[in-house]
Amino acid sequence: MAPVRLSALEPLLWGACAVVLAVLPFALSTFQVVQITVFLIFCLLAVSLDLSWGLAGLLSFGQAAFFGLGGYAYAILCANDETPGAALAAGIVAGGVAAGLLGYIAFYGRLSAMFLAVTTLVVTLILLQVLGSTADPSYHIGAAVLGGYNGMTNIPSLLPEPTPFFWTVGGLLFLLIVSGRLLMAAPFGRVLAAIRENERRVELLGYDARWHKLAIFALSGAIAGLAGALFASWGGFINPEVFSLAQSAQVVIWVLVGGRGSLYGAAIGAFLVQAMTQYLGSIGTAYTTLVLGALLVSFVLVMPNGLLPTFLRGLSSIGIRQR
Amino acid sequence: MSDASAPSSAFQNCTASAGPAGKTLLETRGLSKNFGGVKAVTDVDFRLGRGELRCLIGPNGAGKSTFFKMLSGQLPPTAGTILFDGSDITGEPPHRIARLGIGIKNQVPSVWDGLSVYEHFFIAAHRRLGARRAAAVADELLMKLGLATLARRDVGALAHGERQWVEIGMTMAQDAKLILLDEPTAGMATDEVERTVALLRDVNVSTSLIIVEHDMQFISMIAGIVTVFHQGRILIEATMENVLANPVVREVYLGAGRPGR
Amino acid sequence: MEYLIVTLIGVVFAIASLVLLALGLAIIYGMMGVINLAQGEFIMLGAYTVVLSSAHGLQLWVGMAMAPVVVGVVGLVVERCIIRFLYGRLLDTMLATWGLSLGLIAAVTLILGPSTEGVATPFGHVAIGGYAVSAYNLFVIAATGFLVALTWGVFNRTRFGLIARGAMQNADMVAALGIHPPTIYMMTFALGSALAGLAGAIMAPLTGVVPSLGLAFVAKVFITVTVGGAAIFSGTLGAGTLLGAIESAVSFISTPIYGQVAMLGCALVVLRFAPQGISGLWRRSG
Ligand SMILES: Nc1ncnc2c1ncn2[C@@H]1O[C@H](COP(=O)(O)OP(=O)(O)OP(=O)(O)O)[C@@H](O)[C@H]1O
Ligand SMILES: [Mg+2]
Repeated sequence: MAPVRLSALEPLLWGACAVVLAVLPFALSTFQVVQITVFLIFCLLAVSLDLSWGLAGLLSFGQAAFFGLGGYAYAILCANDETPGAALAAGIVAGGVAAGLLGYIAFYGRLSAMFLAVTTLVVTLILLQVLGSTADPSYHIGAAVLGGYNGMTNIPSLLPEPTPFFWTVGGLLFLLIVSGRLLMAAPFGRVLAAIRENERRVELLGYDARWHKLAIFALSGAIAGLAGALFASWGGFINPEVFSLAQSAQVVIWVLVGGRGSLYGAAIGAFLVQAMTQYLGSIGTAYTTLVLGALLVSFVLVMPNGLLPTFLRGLSSIGIRQR
Repeated sequence: MSDASAPSSAFQNCTASAGPAGKTLLETRGLSKNFGGVKAVTDVDFRLGRGELRCLIGPNGAGKSTFFKMLSGQLPPTAGTILFDGSDITGEPPHRIARLGIGIKNQVPSVWDGLSVYEHFFIAAHRRLGARRAAAVADELLMKLGLATLARRDVGALAHGERQWVEIGMTMAQDAKLILLDEPTAGMATDEVERTVALLRDVNVSTSLIIVEHDMQFISMIAGIVTVFHQGRILIEATMENVLANPVVREVYLGAGRPGR
Repeated sequence: MEYLIVTLIGVVFAIASLVLLALGLAIIYGMMGVINLAQGEFIMLGAYTVVLSSAHGLQLWVGMAMAPVVVGVVGLVVERCIIRFLYGRLLDTMLATWGLSLGLIAAVTLILGPSTEGVATPFGHVAIGGYAVSAYNLFVIAATGFLVALTWGVFNRTRFGLIARGAMQNADMVAALGIHPPTIYMMTFALGSALAGLAGAIMAPLTGVVPSLGLAFVAKVFITVTVGGAAIFSGTLGAGTLLGAIESAVSFISTPIYGQVAMLGCALVVLRFAPQGISGLWRRSG
């Protein structure tokens, strides 16, 4: 596990990141700004998974489902003439409520970690089929036509100009990582880490582990929902593809590749893998899927801690202290 | 008391006078636990006074750990009731029982390998106290247990004896009314055992204790009343001298297993 | 009356196909405690075996006989190259087999193309009163019954089965008998894979065969296995019956997709109250 106690250097790192995010749009073309914006949205999604998986040990295979639900909620409210701000809030609520319901069943029913993974995966697959079956115009929510596998298009953006949108997304990611790091160092975060290590021991001290897990899982789902709403706003479209197996796997791959437990690793992983998929996507989707599958297998077998923790351990082993 | 086996009822009478009186903190009535066909604990009537320090001994498989797990809510009893501090806690989940004031160290060490020693004590104390006071409790415990130099170390990297102390320390940080310790000195060197005895005497000033131990030396040092478990039942309850002098106990230990290992 | 019989056959078919598809994973899960997320792709490989052998002029039955062998070998290779390094790491096993699932879909797409293949459904129809029932559906029901009985026999009446069940209870004891537990796991995984391949082969004439075929089945399969719990036969049959009946009933009054939604809803309710699956309920009371 990566060290989670905040070191004195960390605020400096945050400052540097804030500066980079602020000035980056001036150094890039509009096209690049738009590209990086979607990468940052995926970073949000990756960090949301790391909050539940890395911190509390709760691995959801359905993070893409919370993301997709957030996106659909945003699109549906926008189509019904709500303001983008209200629609964004709806996206957060949709992701959080879905995660909360699943979390309630899993944690209060005392399902094992494996069952949580299977259940979230199955829910995702079924959402894919349900939303895919809504091609008939009779499937609509108010003025929002769901559109089956074609999905919903012409979704209005939160902010039509690319640069302010970039700053909004970048600012949200920045806030998420900073507050997530503070949460991890706070008593609540320490209890979650303890639950990850040995849940029974936590309960024997008088903590209700179920409630703690539910809280972080719902929070994680809400952030995924936020990312989904931003995604729908970014591209102006959303379709059931967000619920596909490849999408769900991708979120897990980002966090696995970057490394769990520090939030930074998740963001780095999302950025790297996404840049790679982007490149491979120009060759063909099957190649992308093949490489993603190979990444998943090989990281589990060869580098289960992911890049960042392995890299930091490497540094400390050649004499550079990592705290 | 209804269906106690012959030796048990014979000895239980003489224990009534041996134990210090005082108000009852913990009482079990007819407590039993079956695992399928295995009767791990059978019809145990047990009583512990406030402020008491009790040792629990018995050969391997006598049901001591199972008894502890029922008291702490880790296993639901098959039959019987558990009364603690005036309320019926039978079948309550572990976290509720812990909140009522029972702390436990299980036989199998259970700590959080990825967390520091300090964090263990802080989390244990923070359930009840605000962050600042929990931090103060944690610091105090680090000193008291002589773990201050290891405070920031991950518990996963500690030696076995140190891990045991961390777990004992957690039950202390919790500020429980009753602490259950299942083989607290297992894997400790002699000097460590002596320190543990001193520590537990100190804890006993404010807290009741039940300690499962195989180490007869430890039990002699810690004194108090000894309850002997055998085949899931209470065989005898008496002072250590009386227990050691008892022919049935000798028989049980020589016949069915040795104390210590 | 005839209508009733036809409806009943429909329900039994739904149950049978569920049990057929889930049996392989139920064995892997029940014996080894791991979930193979690539199980859907093993089903897909079985179906492709039939498609390819038919395309080469072989009889349907030959393809069906080849499918479990081909997929069993694939399972064996997967176990040797991936699974065996991950025993005791349940989530990592799931992650790795998930990667395998993606890889297999992509590899088949690249090699055989993304288009839908198919084989003709044999047997035609039988008439029940004024209704026509696909005779192949009846064959699927019979084949499932036969396979369940056969695997039950393997696990309860053969030396391998006894040892395998012993390894599940207590690996050390089996090791003390001079049998290497990893060998048992390897064979169990291969057997579970072979059954998935056979299930895919049997289902092939009823569906279009595409590289993503497994995805159409895995949701159902995972639900059935998790609801069934660790008891392979009673769990799978019980869960299959419950879920298959619900699925076909809801599918009948709405669409197959809502049938799956109902299955999922039912599964979540069952798991909320019986986290070990329904066979956990029987065990607790038994
Ligand atoms: N979870 C369980 N499932 C089945 N049987 C169990 C379980 N836990 C304990 N047992 C059985 O219950 C009996 C009592 O076990 P227990 O662990 O309580 O004994 P103990 O007195 O603590 O022994 P030791 O001195 O070895 O720690 C034993 O026969 C044991 O095998
Ligand atoms: Mg014990």
